[in-house]
Amino acid sequence: MNEQQQTLWDFMRQQSDKLATQTLEHIGLTFISLFLAVLVGLPLGILISRRRKLSGSVLGIAGVLQTIPSIALLGFMIPLLGIGPKPAIVALLLYALLPIIRNTYTGITGVDAAVKEAATAMGMSKWQILFKVELPLAMSVILAGIRTATVITVGVATLASYIAAGGLGEFIFGGISLNNTNMILAGAIPAALLAIIFDFLLSRLQKFNLKKVKRAAYALPVLIVLLACFYFIPSAYGSKLTAGFTPEFMGRQDGNLGLQNKYHLKIHTIVISDAVMYKAAFEKQLDVISGYSTDGRLKAYNLIVLKDDKGIFPPYYAAPIVREHALKQFPDLEKTLNLLSGKINDAEMTELNYRTDYLHESPEKVAKDFLVSKGLWRPERGGNSGTVRIGSKIFGEQYILANMYSMLIKGYTDYDVATKTGLGGTKICFDALTNNQIDFYPEYTGTGLLVILQPSSKTIDSVEVSKETTYNYDKQEFSKRYNIKWLQPIGFNNAYALMMRQKQAADLNVKSITDLKKYLDKK
Amino acid sequence: MIKVEHLSKHFGKVKAVDDISFNVNKHENLILLGTSGCGKTTTLKMLNRLIEPTHGSIFINDKNILDEQPEILRRGIGYVLQNNGLFPHYTVSENIAIVPQLLKWDKKQIQHRVSELLEKLHLSKDYLNVYPNELSGGQQQRVGLARALVADPPVLLMDEPFGALDNVTKAKIHAEFKALDELKKKTIIMVTHDVQEAFELGDRICLMDAGKIVQQGTPTDLLFKPKNKFVRDFFQEQRLQLEFKAIKPPPPPEGGTFELHGAVLPADLSLWAMMEQLRFTKDENIAVFDHQHKEVGALRFEDLMSAFYQYKNHQSHE
Repeated sequence: MNEQQQTLWDFMRQQSDKLATQTLEHIGLTFISLFLAVLVGLPLGILISRRRKLSGSVLGIAGVLQTIPSIALLGFMIPLLGIGPKPAIVALLLYALLPIIRNTYTGITGVDAAVKEAATAMGMSKWQILFKVELPLAMSVILAGIRTATVITVGVATLASYIAAGGLGEFIFGGISLNNTNMILAGAIPAALLAIIFDFLLSRLQKFNLKKVKRAAYALPVLIVLLACFYFIPSAYGSKLTAGFTPEFMGRQDGNLGLQNKYHLKIHTIVISDAVMYKAAFEKQLDVISGYSTDGRLKAYNLIVLKDDKGIFPPYYAAPIVREHALKQFPDLEKTLNLLSGKINDAEMTELNYRTDYLHESPEKVAKDFLVSKGLWRPERGGNSGTVRIGSKIFGEQYILANMYSMLIKGYTDYDVATKTGLGGTKICFDALTNNQIDFYPEYTGTGLLVILQPSSKTIDSVEVSKETTYNYDKQEFSKRYNIKWLQPIGFNNAYALMMRQKQAADLNVKSITDLKKYLDKK
Repeated sequence: MIKVEHLSKHFGKVKAVDDISFNVNKHENLILLGTSGCGKTTTLKMLNRLIEPTHGSIFINDKNILDEQPEILRRGIGYVLQNNGLFPHYTVSENIAIVPQLLKWDKKQIQHRVSELLEKLHLSKDYLNVYPNELSGGQQQRVGLARALVADPPVLLMDEPFGALDNVTKAKIHAEFKALDELKKKTIIMVTHDVQEAFELGDRICLMDAGKIVQQGTPTDLLFKPKNKFVRDFFQEQRLQLEFKAIKPPPPPEGGTFELHGAVLPADLSLWAMMEQLRFTKDENIAVFDHQHKEVGALRFEDLMSAFYQYKNHQSHE
């Protein structure tokens, strides 16, 4: 535990620049959104306190907005507003709206009717009543709403990193993808602290009420604007092209770190979620993105892969990994699974992924069509000498592979098949395999090396040099440590890759990462 | 001074106020009396247009108030509410200064007027910077009254101004109310459901029921010349006390005074009020002086009682 704290501290010190930037971005994002939410919510709250008939529908709509999952809301924003701060601010604003509108409404309608009547009877105009009586008296309730909104916004703002708006989410989601606890904590702890601090400060402001309410009412917008300015401080950068990398890619040696070390690539980089990255590149929000070389969206959005001429991305050749015990239990299994070996190249896999991910064909149909076209498909034999359990991770490519294996086993052997597809991630899949819950699943050489075996960086460097060395190292170590056998690779390499739009790459004459660097270095 | 003609207010199909007319003379204190829901408060609120009438017209100093801008109209009419309606976020002095602020008086003038009123209403200057929630109910009501009086409006509307006070405080404030010189120059319309209060403070009373005025007149008119059974029944329960409050002793000679223990009593005290002054010790009496301050007679308890019988006999023979 002590060691953990020590290294967390080390991590934060090492990354203090980034941490500061992200914290400022986070504060900025929170308060720009909050400021706008107050600007929209306060008048709306006042409006519905005047026209009570509207209150049901306005509060209803704000309530519905609140229940939309944050990621989905961010997703909706992209076609409208692209990526970056704009959609993030709008989404955060929408989340902050409900508590502000509701508390303004409650606060104003809660003002003692006798006081309002007295104000009217003394000859105050509607506006005078609003500013001198209703708002000051409702202020503590309104401030409570703003407090709630602040805490919500600080929390939701972590998701802004999904659409390249920065903030502490970069560390949090990067850390989750990389399974790096220190990184998660370096983002999560400051975010939690921000929420606590802002809540505390606003609670102090709230206590001033009644007596010094006038001053508090003036201080608040000034404070919010001031804090909102933070967002613009870190964003003073410029570059010819913009790159969007996933949080995971940002933190990996075989990702952005490698790009900087080995290629010395200097490019304006924003962090973005894998879900929206391809689309953003297609819509020219981004020029260079990190992706997977067999991703179907490569084809869907007309992107090309830049050649990794210095070989920083380790090979990710897919192959089924099987419990050795299962191979003995099902003697025909190895032979059958190897039917697919060397049969699918990168382009073919991309095409198959494109059909499932983008054209939304069922993985089953895609798998069958492919097997038929390769002459591998055979009708089911309906045998019953044991059941083979197939696992897969939770993305399209794995579903397709699992379906192919299922058809091959049913067609070529007398075994029956049970599929357990959609196992969350590498760790879940692998644990299922070692705990005898499944018999095999398709794995990638790079993942086996970096995520499961996790050897020293020296070993990684020596092993990563080629497809064969990685495969052989995996095969040897898996057998030794886990009694799991790597069968022959399927053929395609689903590695990390840098991608650009085809047309732009052709225009700039960029074919490899080195070309890209040369282009960027040209003044 | 105030003329109300054929005034009605309908809320949907309910006729809260149904075609009523009345006049209020200058410096008169008119009471709108009735049970809850009789339309008295609605009537009052139409006078400063907190509620807009459905039909009818209201003239103050021969000007139709429905032609005036409501905000301007209201700044010239004092208004006192039952629950005082003080601004909880304003200090006492800020509360009192609201109307002068709206009228854009200068600071010095406001300050001067505020402290003058505090003194008249027996509120210590220490309360100037205190918030209403730190005051007692009686004090709050005084501040509410000061707020209504501050700009010296000729007309004062009071909506059950003492309704929220306990009896002891109420009696005290009633006495102050009657003694306050500022109020003597005002035309006052006061709403109450408290019959005793109506008799104590009112020059004339409009008794209302179901949106209509059943009878209007002086307290003695209502008591001794009831128009119908409703009016008679309305006062039945507290009749004796009310009669004592309505009947006045024979007045002192022209220019003369009543005095008790050397202090001058108001000339228009009711029998009830005079009896309350007496401490019922032996030989105690109220001296009657003429205009040259010569003692011309004395009123003892027995004399007050016989004045009462005389009045009653006179009524029954009429």
